[in-house]
Amino acid sequence: MNFHTQYFDLGRLDRLSYRRTAVHSLDPRAKVIATGLFLVTVVSFPKYDVAGLVPFLLFPVLAATLGEIPIGFILRKVLIVSPFAVFVGIFSPFLDTRTVAVIAGLPVSAGWLSFASILLKFALTVSAALLLVATTSFPGVCHALRRLGCPPIFVSQLLFLYRYLFVLAEEAMRIVRAWDMRAFAGRGRGATVFARLVGVLLIRTLDRAERIYQAMLCRGFAGDIPRLGTLRLRSVDLVFVAITAVFLGACRFFPVTEGIGLLAQGIWR
Amino acid sequence: MSHHIIEFKEVFFRYPDGTAALRGVSFRIVHGESVGVVGANGAGKSTLLQHLNGCLLPTSGQVTIGDLNLTAATRGEIRRKVGSVFQNPDDQLFMPTVFDDVAFGPLNLGLDKAHVRERVESALSRVNGLALKNKPPHHLSAGEKSAVAIAAVMAMEPDILAMDEPAANLDPRSRRSLIGLLKTFQHSKLVASHDLDLILDVCERCIVIGEGRVVADGPSEDILSNRTLLEANNLELPLSLQRR
Repeated sequence: MNFHTQYFDLGRLDRLSYRRTAVHSLDPRAKVIATGLFLVTVVSFPKYDVAGLVPFLLFPVLAATLGEIPIGFILRKVLIVSPFAVFVGIFSPFLDTRTVAVIAGLPVSAGWLSFASILLKFALTVSAALLLVATTSFPGVCHALRRLGCPPIFVSQLLFLYRYLFVLAEEAMRIVRAWDMRAFAGRGRGATVFARLVGVLLIRTLDRAERIYQAMLCRGFAGDIPRLGTLRLRSVDLVFVAITAVFLGACRFFPVTEGIGLLAQGIWR
Repeated sequence: MSHHIIEFKEVFFRYPDGTAALRGVSFRIVHGESVGVVGANGAGKSTLLQHLNGCLLPTSGQVTIGDLNLTAATRGEIRRKVGSVFQNPDDQLFMPTVFDDVAFGPLNLGLDKAHVRERVESALSRVNGLALKNKPPHHLSAGEKSAVAIAAVMAMEPDILAMDEPAANLDPRSRRSLIGLLKTFQHSKLVASHDLDLILDVCERCIVIGEGRVVADGPSEDILSNRTLLEANNLELPLSLQRR
């Protein structure tokens, strides 16, 4: 994993949000609410229910297709963070060895089932969040949160996180480059040197924070970050939220997968 | 118009670590004057500029902006009058898009939406940056960043403009357009820079700072053609005055 390519990939997620598609033009608030509903519904599934989660794949796939977001790009991002989910779930196959099904002669334990459900939930939620940012832009999400009543301090933190992520990455890149140029095999590469680099980065960041705060004060900052309100909730947005809610509710409370399976069997016969 | 006057009276400033950065600085700038501040590295230029908007308060002595004495109580009021452009535009552009950033100041001044929009558009078109409106600052080049930082300050329509090294990191053409832009700003301005040609172009008066004191103060042509004075302060003749 190369630092530089990761850095430029970060900018790509950002640039995807400049597109103009049906998904991009939905009101950010509608998208935030829909995504929130989606996350809650997905997470609310019991831990052995893998089949029930499958229909939810439709949501990210539809959003990516209609929003013209390359699915491969989102999948790669999901893969990068997947170790977290793998670590969370990896022990369940060993701890929960009850056999719940036999597929093609191989017994499948409940642990594997819950592991699969963790991975699926993880992939669904992370891709939904990424798609929200890719189709709304990070500032758009923050703006929507603020308009939905999120406390200003929280929204400012998010905005700064986004704004200075790039600046911090560049700063880190410069330090690493300067270090790399003068550190030679075996020398100057130990943990102590690394700790000092991190220290330098922290101090520079604190200094910068101080200067930014002064710049904000100079322009009349008084606790809240104001923004010109340009959002208007149209009927399309309400319809979108309503359809999403109905779809999510249907998939959560009715055995949709089973239904499709039975239907398919019926046609087969 | 008394409200655009800047006056420093015996200003001393000591940083918390004990470094005395200003040791009795006095000068008076009247309305519409354009003043360059030059001096060696560490002479106290940036410290001086930070007193103009109350980022720093004098340890002793008095700073007067218009009819207000700078104190912790008046610095909010003073910041409405003085527009400060920082050395590093990344410190100044903290909003997610160029438009939001330029709108930040006017919105904080409590202007209504239509008015804010108008100010933002006119400030951006002054720096030829209207096309950058919806871009995030981290996708701008250094020249664009500094243009936007200037627009962000101009949008507040300050009475006084204070700039720290405005031309650092600019390519010659951007620097040239910055000079043109600075000349259009009619109110008082104070520009700290090592770019002596820029000072010569933009400022009719020049103050030389050395070790926290005013070493010389006079018309730019006189000061900036005085080789001995300049060299004693780690400076040299502006390129346009060097004869080979």
